Amino acid sequence: MERNAMSVNQKGGGVTGQAEEVARAGVTPEKIKGQSLAESKGKVDVIDNLEARRHAPLPMRVADHFRRYWEIWVFVLPSICFVALFSYVPMYGIQLAFREYDITKGLTGGKWVGFKYFRQFFNDPMFVEIITNTVRISLWTLVMGFIAPIILALLINQIGSSKIKGFVQTVTYMPHFISTVVMVAMIQIFLSPGTGLLGRFFGRTSLMGVPGAFTPIYWISEVWQHTGWNCIIYLAALSSVDLSLYEAAKIDGAGRLQLIRYVDIPTIMPTVGVLLILQMGSVLGVGFEKVWLMQNTLNVTASEVISTYTYRIGILDNQFSYSTAIGLFNSVVNFVFLVAANAFAKRVSDTSIF
Amino acid sequence: MSSTRQNVDGSAALMATKRGRSDVPFNKHRGQSKTAGDWVVDIIIALILIVIVCVVIYPLWFIIIASFSDPTAVAQGKVNILPQGFSLGGYAKILADDRIWIGYKNTIIYTFLGTAVNLIVTIPAAFGLSRREFRPRRIIMFLFAFTMFFSGGLIPSYLLMKQLGLLNSMWIFILPGAFGVYNMIIARSFFESSIPEELRDSARVDGVSYFGFFFKIVLPLSSAIIAVIGLYCFVGHWNDYFTGLIYIRNQEKQPLQNILQMILLANQVTPGSGSSMSAVQSQNFADQIKFGIIIVSTLPLLVIYPFLQKYFNKGVMIGAIKG
Repeated sequence: MERNAMSVNQKGGGVTGQAEEVARAGVTPEKIKGQSLAESKGKVDVIDNLEARRHAPLPMRVADHFRRYWEIWVFVLPSICFVALFSYVPMYGIQLAFREYDITKGLTGGKWVGFKYFRQFFNDPMFVEIITNTVRISLWTLVMGFIAPIILALLINQIGSSKIKGFVQTVTYMPHFISTVVMVAMIQIFLSPGTGLLGRFFGRTSLMGVPGAFTPIYWISEVWQHTGWNCIIYLAALSSVDLSLYEAAKIDGAGRLQLIRYVDIPTIMPTVGVLLILQMGSVLGVGFEKVWLMQNTLNVTASEVISTYTYRIGILDNQFSYSTAIGLFNSVVNFVFLVAANAFAKRVSDTSIF
Repeated sequence: MSSTRQNVDGSAALMATKRGRSDVPFNKHRGQSKTAGDWVVDIIIALILIVIVCVVIYPLWFIIIASFSDPTAVAQGKVNILPQGFSLGGYAKILADDRIWIGYKNTIIYTFLGTAVNLIVTIPAAFGLSRREFRPRRIIMFLFAFTMFFSGGLIPSYLLMKQLGLLNSMWIFILPGAFGVYNMIIARSFFESSIPEELRDSARVDGVSYFGFFFKIVLPLSSAIIAVIGLYCFVGHWNDYFTGLIYIRNQEKQPLQNILQMILLANQVTPGSGSSMSAVQSQNFADQIKFGIIIVSTLPLLVIYPFLQKYFNKGVMIGAIKG
């Protein structure tokens, strides 16, 4: 999974990472809870002379901490090492974006060139095309991939029989486990001109080679594959509805649709808000794998996005500094969008992830 | 605070699932007659759901039946609901293809070893960070969570792996992804919500260390979350294409997904031996091989899926607590 998380980071997420992104929201409640607990803890632990120890000199307090919690450090230490090595060392390597890569001097030894590579990117003839493609594909996927699970969850929630409900859920989750390679292969097979299941309706030309068809193919297949899975979280929220609300609404004469409108939808709104904020963090993040696999020489004008361009420039052309600069630009834009969406949501609806 | 409220909602959701879905009575309309409008709405909802289920299931069903059918019938569009003719030629060809076997073997090694390492690193970390008396956990959590929003990017990671000598090595599939922050957060939420504080208190009174507490008390209570995390990791490793693409040059070490990419997408199907086949026939046969490969490569996941579905559900629910 972390492999995914890592490539998600590199490619910036997209709708597929929704479930993962949900968990990212986890930072805040933890902080708040941690704080209040730490406070109450202080009161409880007076028996242990915590007050006295708190005023002891620092080295003694540190020694005391390790004497009490060295086992926990043993539990946590491997993960700290992995994160430090595989996440923070590359972050340190970002300075490559501001340096001339020199193979003899390694990651950080090259000559400092400032914003040269960023200027190069903004003046790149491909710049406008790449940004437009990225935003177009990601916005379509974000919007459609965001609405579809909400609707599906509301529909599934209407099923009375738990057996049928389970069946519908099982069926709709299933495509989520198909790998990207197989998914793209299925798209190609179904769209193959003349013989394919869908391709036969589109005449002799292959839709895979039509630039205008790229975005629809991409987001429709995304929705097909992940809607069922992404609706789990809304179903979880819906299963927590206070049942007396339904009773009260029914006594007031609410029909089926009104129950959905006035009970179900308000129930999932907080979840919707958090997920929406998280989605904003991937406005410039279109997943690498699927675009790369769907790309061909005919549709490349509509399918070259930031992540594929980074790969092409960096790994295939060995322009390490330039590629790092593009990647950094992408990360920063995503991060800014996330923080801005969070601040905005905090102001208007008191929903936030940090 | 909104976040605390969601927290409560989430725990309620978890409890609701524990109680089972069947006792959600609202849409049974007990003792109340449905209005005509409600009937119409019911029927429309049922129809929409039927269409959705068909749209999801049909492509999968088509691939299954097409892989068994006569390739020519498939190409002519005669295979729609049931298999036409019967041919295992595609499967025979697949089983004779060395590339598939190598890929399969590699993926099995990477997946099992990788999942084991994932669990060994992630579960103890989650336990440690779920202990509220462990003060540094807040700063550690922040540093971990930050990596989910911001990363060094492709090239710095690539150069690091190169320096560490992980290029073209099987360890590239296992080490860099050994620790998943997201999985750790799910497991930690589970420990926080399911292991009562009293348990640790009484263990401490009895003089049980953290090690003893973790291995003797917490782990036996945590099979569900271990299953969930294990499955997430398993699927992640099994479907991983990116790592092989970026870091592996040696074809002998490529995992299944990268082999599939060569065969399925780069069209290197070799229906080959029969010179008796026309170009069209051989193209049809190539298609059948593709259908078969899709089945063969996805089979392990499809086989375990129905058994483990409830765990997947649960895992996302637990994750949702923190949403």
